[in-house]
Amino acid sequence: MAKRDHRNARERRFWADVYSMPITRVAVQIGAFGAAVRRGKVWLVDGIHDLGGMQGLGAVDHSPAEPVFHHRWEAVARALLAVVAGAVEASGGEFRHSIERMEPGHYLTSGYYEHWLTAAATLAVEHALVTGAELEARAGGRFPLSGPVLAPPVAESGPDVGTPRFGVGDRVRVREWHPPGHTRCPRYVRGKAGTVVRLDGIYSVPDIEAHSAARRHEPTYAVRFDAAELWGDGQRSVWVHVDLWDSYLEPA
Amino acid sequence: MSNSTHHPAPMSPVEQRVAALEALLTERGLVPEGFIGQITRRYESEIGPMNGARVVARAWLDPRYKQRLLADGTAAIAELGFGGPEGDHMVAVENTPIVHNVIVCTLCSCYPWPVLGLPPAWYKDPPYRARMVREPRALLAEMGCPLPEEVEIRVWDSSAEVRYLVLPQRPPAAEGMTEAELTALVTRDSMIGVARL
Repeated sequence: MAKRDHRNARERRFWADVYSMPITRVAVQIGAFGAAVRRGKVWLVDGIHDLGGMQGLGAVDHSPAEPVFHHRWEAVARALLAVVAGAVEASGGEFRHSIERMEPGHYLTSGYYEHWLTAAATLAVEHALVTGAELEARAGGRFPLSGPVLAPPVAESGPDVGTPRFGVGDRVRVREWHPPGHTRCPRYVRGKAGTVVRLDGIYSVPDIEAHSAARRHEPTYAVRFDAAELWGDGQRSVWVHVDLWDSYLEPA
Repeated sequence: MSNSTHHPAPMSPVEQRVAALEALLTERGLVPEGFIGQITRRYESEIGPMNGARVVARAWLDPRYKQRLLADGTAAIAELGFGGPEGDHMVAVENTPIVHNVIVCTLCSCYPWPVLGLPPAWYKDPPYRARMVREPRALLAEMGCPLPEEVEIRVWDSSAEVRYLVLPQRPPAAEGMTEAELTALVTRDSMIGVARL
């Protein structure tokens, strides 16, 4: 028990250091962000990819039948991402974050495989497989890459969590936090209360693996939220389930 | 030059960027011979919704298989020979007359590749990801799947390691059909949950 408390205290300090830093201090500490601010170009901390609930995006351009690849370049982009991710041994978290760091306007106006191309090129440059100048010279024009990593490297991954803290039926609340790095905790459930409906496996925490060679493993849960509570609009009989890591949650 | 009619179409900027990255990585010896063709073939002809349709048809015909599918999706799907990346932790969710399930990935485009193949463009585009968690009843109706008010909607946002497969309801007209006939009835959209059969 004492050990558990000690772990929790240490973990609290760790997360407090990494994620509760005021954005002004983050800006000072991270040169790339400061430079971006000076250039008048600020990357979002709560990334553009976190789309759940965003309004004004219009109709879904739905077709019941469409080809796997619309153009050959899409298949090539897909394969090249696999090549780069393999060569640099990118974790799932690092790969996803390389897309999430795209300039927001570019993200919203380009399709999935252009995201993958941008991620592949960004990781290739960041891991020194190629240079941005080489890419632009070959492409004969601008080759937009994703913005810099804003989160500080994770110094200490913290201990693995082997035992689920919550069981099916438990009420939990999602921590209200806004990390400057990668996370798989969607913004639309932060601060909201829900009910655990399923315990899943113990997996590497994406927030750690995106910013470190170290890993921390935690139980994951499917948590059910009442859509009417999420959106305050009185809709009935709609449940939204989100799969969340242990440290994203606290008892409600 | 001027009388030649065999020039290929000029490359778009994004094609030029893909070609640039491909050339540089190939020069550095990082792209294995035949790799791009292999990936393309795999996702165009070996992996796709026809796999998921077989799982659904089997579950409709064999109540014990359905039980296993709902209890341990990964293992039951592996019985039919399907598994691998983005399908290592599968959960099947069952539609009934009073419950409708639908899957989405608001943060990126997580999707059960071994049973459904690569996701369609609309699944990965912002409108679907933004709206399915906020106004699923309205969006489903807009996409051609109106549901009576009394049908409960369960949206599953694939935000961690689990990938979902919707087990649609067997259509009443499918009585007496063979497994192959049933497989042909099952659509990708019904296994995502944006259509009923």
